[in-house]
Amino acid sequence: MILIWLILIPLMGGLLAWLFSRGNDRLPRWISLIALIIDFILVLLLWMQYPERAGLTNRSWLVDINLEWIPRLGISFHLALDGLSLLLVMLTSFLGIMSVAASWTEIKERVGFFHFNLMWSLAGITGVFLSLDLFLFYFFWELMLVPMYFLIALWGHENRISAAVKFFLFTQLSGLLMLAAILGLYFVHARGTGIYTFDYTQLLGTTMGSTEGMLLMLGFLIAFVVKLPAVPFHTWLPDAHTEAPTAGSIILAGLLLKTGAYGLLRFAVPLFPHAALDFTPVAMALAVIGILYGAVLAFGQTDLKRLVAYTSVSHMGFVLLGIFAWNELALQGAVIQIICHGISTGALFIIVGALQERIHTRDMERMGGLWTSAPRMGGVGLLFGLASLGLPGLGNFVGEFLVLIGAYTVSIPMTAIAATGLVFATVYSLWMIQRTFFGPREVYLKVPDLNMREMTVMAFMVAVIVWIGLYPQPVINTAKGALNALQKNAGAMTSFGKISYPVSTGADRDTK
Amino acid sequence: MTLNDLAPLIPLMVIAVSSVIIMLGIAFYRSRAFSGLLTLAGIAVAFITLFGVQGTRQVTSLLILDDYALFYIGLILAASFVVALLSSDYLEGRRENIEEFYILLLLSTLGSSVLAASTHFVSFFIGLEILSVSLYALIAYTRNELNIEAGVKYLVLAAASSAFLLFGIALLYGETGTMEFSRMSSGISAQGINKGMLLTGFALVLTGVGFKLAVAPFHMWTPDVYEGAPAPVTAFVATVSKGGVFALLLRYFIQVDMHAYPSLFGAVAFIAVASMFAGNLLALLQKNIKRILAYSSIAHLGYLLVAFLAGGVMRVTAVTFYLVAYFITTLGAFGVVTMLSGKERDADAVEDYQGLFRHRPWLALIFSAMLFSLAGIPLTAGFIGKFYIVAAGAGSALWLLVIMLVINSAIGLYYYLRIIVVLYAQPGHSEVSAVSSLPLTGSLVLVLLTVLLLWLGVYPEPLIEMIHRMTMRF
Repeated sequence: MILIWLILIPLMGGLLAWLFSRGNDRLPRWISLIALIIDFILVLLLWMQYPERAGLTNRSWLVDINLEWIPRLGISFHLALDGLSLLLVMLTSFLGIMSVAASWTEIKERVGFFHFNLMWSLAGITGVFLSLDLFLFYFFWELMLVPMYFLIALWGHENRISAAVKFFLFTQLSGLLMLAAILGLYFVHARGTGIYTFDYTQLLGTTMGSTEGMLLMLGFLIAFVVKLPAVPFHTWLPDAHTEAPTAGSIILAGLLLKTGAYGLLRFAVPLFPHAALDFTPVAMALAVIGILYGAVLAFGQTDLKRLVAYTSVSHMGFVLLGIFAWNELALQGAVIQIICHGISTGALFIIVGALQERIHTRDMERMGGLWTSAPRMGGVGLLFGLASLGLPGLGNFVGEFLVLIGAYTVSIPMTAIAATGLVFATVYSLWMIQRTFFGPREVYLKVPDLNMREMTVMAFMVAVIVWIGLYPQPVINTAKGALNALQKNAGAMTSFGKISYPVSTGADRDTK
Repeated sequence: MTLNDLAPLIPLMVIAVSSVIIMLGIAFYRSRAFSGLLTLAGIAVAFITLFGVQGTRQVTSLLILDDYALFYIGLILAASFVVALLSSDYLEGRRENIEEFYILLLLSTLGSSVLAASTHFVSFFIGLEILSVSLYALIAYTRNELNIEAGVKYLVLAAASSAFLLFGIALLYGETGTMEFSRMSSGISAQGINKGMLLTGFALVLTGVGFKLAVAPFHMWTPDVYEGAPAPVTAFVATVSKGGVFALLLRYFIQVDMHAYPSLFGAVAFIAVASMFAGNLLALLQKNIKRILAYSSIAHLGYLLVAFLAGGVMRVTAVTFYLVAYFITTLGAFGVVTMLSGKERDADAVEDYQGLFRHRPWLALIFSAMLFSLAGIPLTAGFIGKFYIVAAGAGSALWLLVIMLVINSAIGLYYYLRIIVVLYAQPGHSEVSAVSSLPLTGSLVLVLLTVLLLWLGVYPEPLIEMIHRMTMRF
């Protein structure tokens, strides 16, 4: 039941926020905030309750609920939670709280409807992270887009409409291809077993031809890498992120992109291990290209928000690299990178949003020397800039480092090139901080510093990123059981994950 | 034919008798309320009597009342009921005498119902003509310039298409020696059949039917007629008239087994793809809501044909579910247009809807729900419908068609979203938004349709079960 509540609470919170919005701008904010806090506490309780947190047992599903929905078609309302979903749902409600708090003063129009959309897209994202029925998954996958579309199209900045439409078309088209692939899998499974079902646990290990498997996997993969996004499907991202209101950007970068990564982890690879294995070189190449290309483009931006948006392309490249390296270290790294990127990029978007609210521009040409008037903002900005470049001691470093170690055993050249992404990240991050907070001070810029509310938000985000940076073990333990199960599912049929590419690994060297 | 045979025809007869009573009533005393209420009552009674028909009843060789026919007749009656409710307020003040409108409405409903129950070319043709002839008058009913133009256009083209259809029927009859659908397949497989003649016959029938369904390349009339006709009549043309014809087409091609004729299959596949692309691409260029919906309906018929081409059990279920969703959505969308229309002209310019969410949040929400359903977004019936169609297509491995459908859905999304964005934009200056209060009946109907839309989108199981039971006995 608790899983249903996790989805229902934001849904109801959103409805209530909207209903009580007549002539009252404060109430919807409070309702949303409280609903999300309840959601967060529920997940936290779930986390505390299970021994997996300390790495004690290795069960895969912590909670599992399976109800009939449309039995005629083999569709069930199947939600389940393992360590991976748990972490992601926790991230969802956490960033949800942050985005409500961050847009407290930014949104002045149609406040109720804004929060309705915010909450419903969060509910959709939560649903994506929990569904174990492919139809249900697709249902939530589509459901989260519509409110997101409204968030961008109604409360966004100058070119919001075209950005929103572009975002929607990209994700819809790729989503429909995934639907076709889901149905393909459904019929392939039925052909082999005679059972028509969309249930993930039953569809695992479906036998299929290799071309068939590759085509179906590509259907899933396209939907996920568009979301992730990987080059060359990233073009929707800078526009959508830049034009969205702050809360929208946080959710887009912090959560929506993660649904792509989650989809790869949960569905694309375990359902089609053979095809995924064949596809690994291409995927890793895409990942590396994304890392470098995103970084280079980020460096070329003058719009601060656009810069942050492009860094996402670069950082999510590491996630893709980690997923397709498919060994434990790399997967753990990908999970930590998912979480830390969500938080650090979310924080950067909040800072950009706060800046824009104050000086009404995102153009870095017109910033500079902000540190003197806004030292707190500068300090926090610097910290997350450093997190973004992968400074040891902050969460992103752990993620990227683990990914690189894991990927190293799979392909040394790829890993070497990917590692140079860290250098680029240093360049653009420091450059960004330099251009905005230091340098010659623009006389007319006398900006108020972060206020109590914003500092509280930042304090939480800083705490999490530092905590994961210093002591990532709880996160690793939580994800461990789930990741092992995923590896087992995929590995049961192939040597996936134990790939011996013609590269010398540490083990080889020992035996020589 | 015995008296016993008449019993299953009661629903059809109730409709016919209601129209006659209204006609006679007008001769003595004109009353809007009387005609309107009698129409509603007639449709309601006919609907209830549908449940009294037990089992599959073949009435002469012309009509069959099986579950399939009953389901479609029910759907047609429900849609006519909604149209009758919507038009009562709409017609007020647009024309002096509006009582005849109901007669025409009942007659065309009757025609469409006959189509759904036909198993014979004669009943097919009679049903089609009852439907079409009443539609000519309905489309031109409020007698402004656009109306008349649309009516005449429909008249000329429908007459031409009927001629095609008749010629096709004649050819098929000449070759097979029968006009009964069920006996046609055995007639076809007989020795010494001229294949060329047969296919020409099929092609001509398909042309005639294609015109009624407004599928490409027979779609040219659609946007003009949709734009010109009064909004509730447009809803009627889009749903009742197409629904009946589609029901017939499905029955006909299942009984004749279309899959045995690759060229016929190819022709329908071509029509499906052409309709999807023509509808969606042309809709992108439109600035008029009615025209957009017209082109969108062309595309939706294309989607339907994809399921139609699929084989297996899923075909009928997918088509039927999609049609139900399409009925609800189309009625809802045109319902909103009807409600907003002023006396001078219909609210059909996209600008009329700018900022609708500000003045009329509920109406804007209902309209968005309908558009989302057309676009196939979750929580709406359209989503399940589209899912079903893709499933049917994938189940029969019609991958090319499925991919076309996917691409077209994305194109379609673009113009639905454009309207939706306008709904929530800053209000512009439009006289339409100044309509003082909305009629109560219309509002209730729209709310009901929306509830139905969401209900089917979230919990489609009962309807699926019902359709499935119906197809089992098909």
